[in-house]
Amino acid sequence: MSTKTIKNYLNCETGIMSWLTTLDHKRIGVMYLLFIAISFGLGGFFALALRMELLTPTQLYLTAKQYNQAFTLHGAVMVFLFIIPSIPAALGNFVLPLQLGAKDVAFPRLNLASFYVYVLGAAFAIFSLFNGAVDTGWTFYTPYSTQSDTSVISMTLAAFILGFSSILTGVNFIATIHKMRAPGMTWFRMPLFVWALYATAIIQILATPVVGITLLLLIFESTFGVGIFDPALGGDPILFQHFFWFYSHPAVYIMVLPAMGVMSELVTTFCKKNIFGYKLIAYSSLAIAIISFLVWGHHLFLSGQSSYANMIFSLLTFLVGIPSGIKVFNWVTTMYKGTIDLKTPFLYFLSFLFLFCIGGFTGMFLGALSVDVHLHDTYFVVAHFHYTMMGGVVMAFLGGLHYWWPKMFGKMYSEKWGRIAAAFVFVGFNWVFFTQFILGTKGMPRRYYNYLDQFQPLHAFSTMGTFVLGTGFIIMAVYLIHSLFKGEKAPANPWGGLTLEWVADTPPDHHNFHETPTVTTGPYDYEKAGY
Amino acid sequence: MATTGTSFIKHEVAHHFDNAEQEFESAKLGMWAFMAQEILFFSALFVAYAIFRYLYPEAFLEASSLLSWKMGAFNTAVLITSSFTMVMAVNSAQTSQKKKTFNFLLVTILLAALFLVVKYFEYMSKFHHGIFPPNYFNAMAVFEQVPIFFGIYFVITGLHALHILIGIGLIIWIMRRTARGEFHADYFTPVELVGLYWHFVDLVWIFLFPLLYLVG
Repeated sequence: MSTKTIKNYLNCETGIMSWLTTLDHKRIGVMYLLFIAISFGLGGFFALALRMELLTPTQLYLTAKQYNQAFTLHGAVMVFLFIIPSIPAALGNFVLPLQLGAKDVAFPRLNLASFYVYVLGAAFAIFSLFNGAVDTGWTFYTPYSTQSDTSVISMTLAAFILGFSSILTGVNFIATIHKMRAPGMTWFRMPLFVWALYATAIIQILATPVVGITLLLLIFESTFGVGIFDPALGGDPILFQHFFWFYSHPAVYIMVLPAMGVMSELVTTFCKKNIFGYKLIAYSSLAIAIISFLVWGHHLFLSGQSSYANMIFSLLTFLVGIPSGIKVFNWVTTMYKGTIDLKTPFLYFLSFLFLFCIGGFTGMFLGALSVDVHLHDTYFVVAHFHYTMMGGVVMAFLGGLHYWWPKMFGKMYSEKWGRIAAAFVFVGFNWVFFTQFILGTKGMPRRYYNYLDQFQPLHAFSTMGTFVLGTGFIIMAVYLIHSLFKGEKAPANPWGGLTLEWVADTPPDHHNFHETPTVTTGPYDYEKAGY
Repeated sequence: MATTGTSFIKHEVAHHFDNAEQEFESAKLGMWAFMAQEILFFSALFVAYAIFRYLYPEAFLEASSLLSWKMGAFNTAVLITSSFTMVMAVNSAQTSQKKKTFNFLLVTILLAALFLVVKYFEYMSKFHHGIFPPNYFNAMAVFEQVPIFFGIYFVITGLHALHILIGIGLIIWIMRRTARGEFHADYFTPVELVGLYWHFVDLVWIFLFPLLYLVG
């Protein structure tokens, strides 16, 4: 190998314009990664502001309205700017064409366009932040959202625009997966991350437009009136909740399906074993995508929905547990008698496995009609969805980030500090949020600014955990950035992965592969590879 | 089938595709996926329509009678004709008939513009009678839910008109490229895709016309 003259996607062109006008999916993925990291920091800042205020039962330093704005912005930034694009748009963009053995996604220009649509949406969100930050909660429920004097319109417009970014990414991925596979890569030879992104893209295309039109209707309702959400005219505010959750529940799976895809990649590579139940994992992604469209009513159990509808939605909600359980059992079975290597990405795999199971099981509690009456709108719900979203998606995102980091930037991070940070994140996360399960069962309602004195010890304990969690993220930021400048040069395949991205150079060539790879086996055939 | 003469520009397959067929198939699949999202985009409005028509049938009957079914029927005919001219344009592009393609696209645009002109007069006559979206509604109505019908009416026909405008922009774009000779039997993807989009816009109207104008 000649050393320093090898061209890759990072140094084939230079200058800021070569990045801003790039059509290379890898560079677009990296740009997404940067914006997503900034959004995560912003959302985390609001979370910290909230937890600090909750140290005392009465006002500490925020007014009631500022508190409402802080939790709304925490939710809106984390959901629309961070977690929805996190795995598909950042990691997916980078990895998907590589795993398929393709030169790029099917529509590179559309890919760049969806990045700029994302930036435009983010600009609207930032604008609303400085212009009477929205205080409705990220769900924008009517009738309050049509009456609040905060910047509901610019924030909903932001979410509307960000939705189109997500739709265009979905369209691109569907066409890419159908048409751009390398010779020999049949559907059942695709890596499971690709299957997960495919199921995600289906939801992105079919669910996101519904929230788009819903938010547009909300904007029209508060400007010139549509009437359908306005009880004074015979409209129904609950209809907004139906429309909103018709998207926003499937959106939960837009977040978690790609995370599950990352999990399947991690478990095979770090156990050096073929995945157990490949087809079932692939099909269960599709099953989750389909069922996800039929469960939105479980957000409305206490909104005056008919009890028959409640029963059906409760049943359908329990059904989601089946494909999710299939995945979890298959991952665990893959680990059985595997050569387990506890590298940093695999620590995040294990974190996901534990935390997502807790998140999933507590979801069953909430899906049970009678239990939900007690737990609805308490900290139990807050803890539940943080266990699935942060304990699930963020852990998988971090696992994927550490897994593909050497491929993306050609540098190794410090394994020692990686493990230390993972420990801080795992411990800190449980410290903050397990406490909130207890708070919730004791009756502490969510979104409350003041609370009864009896809840203070648990609130204070939860806030203390925030610092452990935050320390983990700061350590991570330091060693990842440090690795870019001082990190050891990464080999082409540091973990011994078998999927095609590890065949490419590190960092990959501008055109990904020097010659189009031909696929002859499944993606995780470790026995054939000599393990 | 090969293009002859100097008036056509040879199409270069984009670097990341293996061949022209893969490129065409990908574009078409992507467009269909996009159409799926368009259907879902309109779906919430159709659902809202169904719910409130079920709840307030008399109000919907009264509100619908305030619309001019003649103008609606005329516009339906205009759009169906434009779909036909669009099909002819796509067909002409596929058979390398540059002049014909251009002319059929031109007729399609004129019909689309005619639709918008009729829609403009329709809106104006409603405004003239105080029929506005609910916050500004000041017409006489027997049933108090009549404004809901017009709330839905203005949003859904407004969004549809926006789609027509975008369609006109797209057709102008492919007309310019047709004039340059970019489309012929070997490459006509953009014409085909804009055609798909245009049929979708027509199809939405074909549902809107009976639902909004023919309640009685």
